[in-house]
Amino acid sequence: MLSRMTNKNNVEKQFEILRTLVAIAIALSIAFIIILLISDNPINALASFVIGPLTTTRRLGNIVEALIPLLFTGTAVSLIFSANQTNLAVEGAFFIGGVGASFMATQLNLPPGIHLVVALIVAGIIGALACGIPAILYIKFDARPVVSSLMVNYVCLYLGLAVINHVIRDPAAGFLASFKFNKTAVLPKIIKGTNVHFGIFLGIIIVILGYLYLYKYKKGYEIRMVGKNVDFAKYSGINVNSVLMSAQLLGGFIAGMGGAVEVLGMYNRFQYQKLTGHGFDGILVGIIAKNNPKLVPLTALFLAYIRVGADVMSRVSDIPIELVSIIQAIIIMFVVAERFLYKLKHKKIVSLSRNEINEKEEIVNG
Amino acid sequence: MDNLLKAIFSAEFVYSIIRVTTPLLFAGLAALIANKGGVLHIAYEGIMVTAAFCGVVGSAYSQSLLVGLLSGLAGGLLISFLLGYFSLILRADRTLTGIALNTFASGGTVFMLYVLTNDKGLSTSLNSLTFPIVNIPIIKNIPILGTALSGHNVLTYVSFICVFLVFVVLYKTPFGLRIRTVGENEDAASSVGVKVIRVKFITLLISGAIASLGGVYMSMGYLSWFARDMIAGRGFMGIAAQNLGGEPLSTMIAALFFGLANALSNVLQTLNIPAEFVQVIPYVATLIGLAAYSGSMKRNKINKKS
Amino acid sequence: MARNILSMEDITKVYPNGFVANKNVNLSVNEGEIHALIGENGAGKSTLMKILFGVEKADEGKILLNGEEIQIDNPNVAIGHGIGMVHQHFMLVPSLTVAENVVVGMEPKTNGFFSMEKTIKITKEASELYNFKVDPRSKIKDLTVGMKQKVEILKALVRGAKILILDEPTAVLTPQETTELFKELKGLKEKGYTIIFISHKLNEIIELCDRITIMRDGKIVGVEKVGKITEQDISRMMVGRDIILEVIKEKAKPKQPVLNIQNIIKYSTPEKKILNDVSFIVRSGEILGIAGVEGNGQKELSEIITGMDESYDGEISINDTNIKKLSIRDIRELGVSHISEDRMTYGIVGDGTIAENMISDRYYKKKYQKGFLLNFEKIKKESKELIEMFNVKCDGHKQPINMLSGGNMQKVVAAREFTSGSTLVIANQPTRGIDVGASSFIRNKLIELRDQGDAILLISADLNEVLEVSDSLIVMNNGEIAAYFEDAKLVNEDELGEYMLGLKRMTDEEIRRVADVK
Repeated sequence: MLSRMTNKNNVEKQFEILRTLVAIAIALSIAFIIILLISDNPINALASFVIGPLTTTRRLGNIVEALIPLLFTGTAVSLIFSANQTNLAVEGAFFIGGVGASFMATQLNLPPGIHLVVALIVAGIIGALACGIPAILYIKFDARPVVSSLMVNYVCLYLGLAVINHVIRDPAAGFLASFKFNKTAVLPKIIKGTNVHFGIFLGIIIVILGYLYLYKYKKGYEIRMVGKNVDFAKYSGINVNSVLMSAQLLGGFIAGMGGAVEVLGMYNRFQYQKLTGHGFDGILVGIIAKNNPKLVPLTALFLAYIRVGADVMSRVSDIPIELVSIIQAIIIMFVVAERFLYKLKHKKIVSLSRNEINEKEEIVNG
Repeated sequence: MDNLLKAIFSAEFVYSIIRVTTPLLFAGLAALIANKGGVLHIAYEGIMVTAAFCGVVGSAYSQSLLVGLLSGLAGGLLISFLLGYFSLILRADRTLTGIALNTFASGGTVFMLYVLTNDKGLSTSLNSLTFPIVNIPIIKNIPILGTALSGHNVLTYVSFICVFLVFVVLYKTPFGLRIRTVGENEDAASSVGVKVIRVKFITLLISGAIASLGGVYMSMGYLSWFARDMIAGRGFMGIAAQNLGGEPLSTMIAALFFGLANALSNVLQTLNIPAEFVQVIPYVATLIGLAAYSGSMKRNKINKKS
Repeated sequence: MARNILSMEDITKVYPNGFVANKNVNLSVNEGEIHALIGENGAGKSTLMKILFGVEKADEGKILLNGEEIQIDNPNVAIGHGIGMVHQHFMLVPSLTVAENVVVGMEPKTNGFFSMEKTIKITKEASELYNFKVDPRSKIKDLTVGMKQKVEILKALVRGAKILILDEPTAVLTPQETTELFKELKGLKEKGYTIIFISHKLNEIIELCDRITIMRDGKIVGVEKVGKITEQDISRMMVGRDIILEVIKEKAKPKQPVLNIQNIIKYSTPEKKILNDVSFIVRSGEILGIAGVEGNGQKELSEIITGMDESYDGEISINDTNIKKLSIRDIRELGVSHISEDRMTYGIVGDGTIAENMISDRYYKKKYQKGFLLNFEKIKKESKELIEMFNVKCDGHKQPINMLSGGNMQKVVAAREFTSGSTLVIANQPTRGIDVGASSFIRNKLIELRDQGDAILLISADLNEVLEVSDSLIVMNNGEIAAYFEDAKLVNEDELGEYMLGLKRMTDEEIRRVADVK
């Protein structure tokens, strides 16, 4: 009988994995169908989408470059969503973190290394503030974080742009951008022929720390319990408000730092004029990773890969890169759809239970 | 400063408030009816941008306003339908599905725009139509009032008529009673045989249709072309407006308040004040509004308790 | 002669989590009778009725109405067949009026628009016809519980119900309201209505019903005529053996006071006091029981003592520390353990593993850390010990707790709360809805803790339990202490009932004895 229980556990787990894989398969199939329908040369387009990213060092590098910010935002989202807070301000935190880092990188003169660290920390703090606002509004005023965090994203955008366009704008740049970053604050490139930079190590460290924090540290246990059943957490003596606050501050810190790593690693001046979407990508990464940082690298890699694939495809064919948004959306929707493949699962569980009953009866009768 | 005051205390300024309020009012009413039915979501951005795009394409290829309107509605309803199917039938989280659909719509419209026009930014190469301006007889001849209230796009008047229509649907129709019942106590509704999922689904579609009108207005009234991501948070602001308002009329007032902030930012921009500080006003106002509104609700709850 | 109007045949229902709620159940109801469906919590009564009403779908079996097989996919179909249900939790919309609640789903119209006039007329006529005195224009949120229930019954009748299902209707009613309800139900029976009455109160069933179907563990164990069967027979069938709750324990040797509660007042609404000047003391080495009908302030009291509710007047000290400004954790650190009456909300985190559930009150302590991180070796070892010690039937400490039965879940809760090094245990309905074996296990553990010197406050709606396990006993009624018995062994059950229902009350001096430091 005990083994039956294990089977039921396994059925749950298996279906979670199956659902994710099927979601990805459906999304990719739809993408392929779109390509077949629209492209004049579908074979070429498909090939460049699927194999394109592997063909040159530069493109392989592109995958890693796209991966780095997702490691940050994916981990940030894992922390925040584990506390069951739908705080979407990761997007704004990433942006304003990049702005903060740019300010430090253009205005300060510090020794190499120290300058970078200061810029990263300042970016993290600003990011934490961004994610902290919806948290405070929820804790103090009961305002739903979904709406308030969306507003915060726009506040981050416009305040950030105000700094870029009026405080550290380089009139000589020829376009709306900040001054060039001081060399002392820039993340060094590590692979020749690519833009892969030192941020990859920082990203990996953040993922590992995020995992340890969330799954091996007492504060992470608190976050997960609050996220799973807030009444239980309160009853057990956990200070719910402080846990909610710290999860979101920490998530914001990581996202803000991610923004800093991105601008200081990839560019020589700040040149965004709108939100970058890295935060929302992080939500996709977090959801597929089931809010477990351990799985963030894998899902981030997947997303980075299709991004680069679509980019390659858009260069060599007539399919625009926005195809990725469609793929991304379809995956999220199927992964979060509880009832998708539900009938299959229910049948399996019913049959397991039936066996169990029969076994019990046999024991009773025999 | 003089210029500023002159700009603000003018009929033109009131006109511009009403003009920028229109999409917010559509979004706010859409969010309101959804909230009454317990299906508030965040996909209005996606619905509106899709409607804006489909309206432009439909009208450009048919050279018919009606076809444009209908294709805009169809586009917005498609997104609403997907939201309904995934969140109600497949039990997906509504917020996450909403994020996905916003991504889908934002990318999908640009994708299609590129396929159709080879342009990723604007639809100016398409010869799309706009809805006509309506001059209200009598009122248009009254000085000041005429300038402020007459000569708006027909959809602007529709948006204000919708305030009344939404009220009627909610409070004066059998279906409205069902919407309110489902929104407040699903189990009560299902226990008397009201098909909860169906009511929610229809509520979502009604809400989606209203939001679609807002989208169509953006590309066929406010502007005369489609631009990528042209909704720029107006759907989210609509959610905030219903949050502050709560009922049709008060949602309208909240939408007008956001419209005022928007219009103000437009005026200030022309006066050489850094645009960003002004553009941020509506969002900060929303945050303050959220805190004040939710805060007052919370205090009420506590007062009741003790 | 009695004519069969409804039968359910071979109904089997398995919930998605694998729980088998009904197993080959057969139920037969005659026209014009009041048919009792009785069984312990979790015996499958509610599930069976939900299937009949179309809220849940049976995995197997069929339903026959007047001899014809019918498919009931949703409540609408059930209503169409003349089946109405009054749920245990009211299905009403608080902000709407009585009339709106009555007509929702069958709204009257004028020119296609919703007609408030007709709505009120329908409601008024129906309430006069059945002699229910409700005002169609009042808002539901302003009504008493008894009135709300009338609205529920009215809702079903207006929809043409001929068969009424009432799910534990008296659980929330005052004795007067219960009497009134029974009068109304008998009136309906005379008018030819058929009633299925779910309950686990034997005396009510004997007073009201004609026949009785008894369920246990998702199966039918007996169908009898009321009057041809004794209460003892029924209870034996319900629990599978005679109730002998002969708890073996030594006489209590109370020592110093641990919990001292003085003059607690708590408002549930600005007008209504849910706790009115409650004072008592629980001493080390004794079990003080609180008997009473649920909803008389017991829940609020346990929440106040454990720090979950801070808005009250009065003084509470635990081990001579005033708890007014302390957090829940501070209070737990004072040595307080708490079994909540709402296991699924407060007692466990359903998505968590057994181990995660077992450490929620202690994970932060030094001995569970290893360097910066949690000491998982220690957590594993302790969880395994607790599983063993509390006899939790499971697959190991990493199994999700929602895979367990209710009894085993409660054992996990007990394993946590009874091993925290407590000096005071607040046990609120510790054996609710769990099997006999787990219940007696938990009761014996409580006595064990008492013998080790813990002070124990046992709140229970189960009279057997509160009488047998407690050393002394107080009775709560309407937010006040109605009686205090220094020796629970000497309490007469009939007398206890009168105190519980507010028919009798001891003098203030007699009651005050429980709050005196001896």
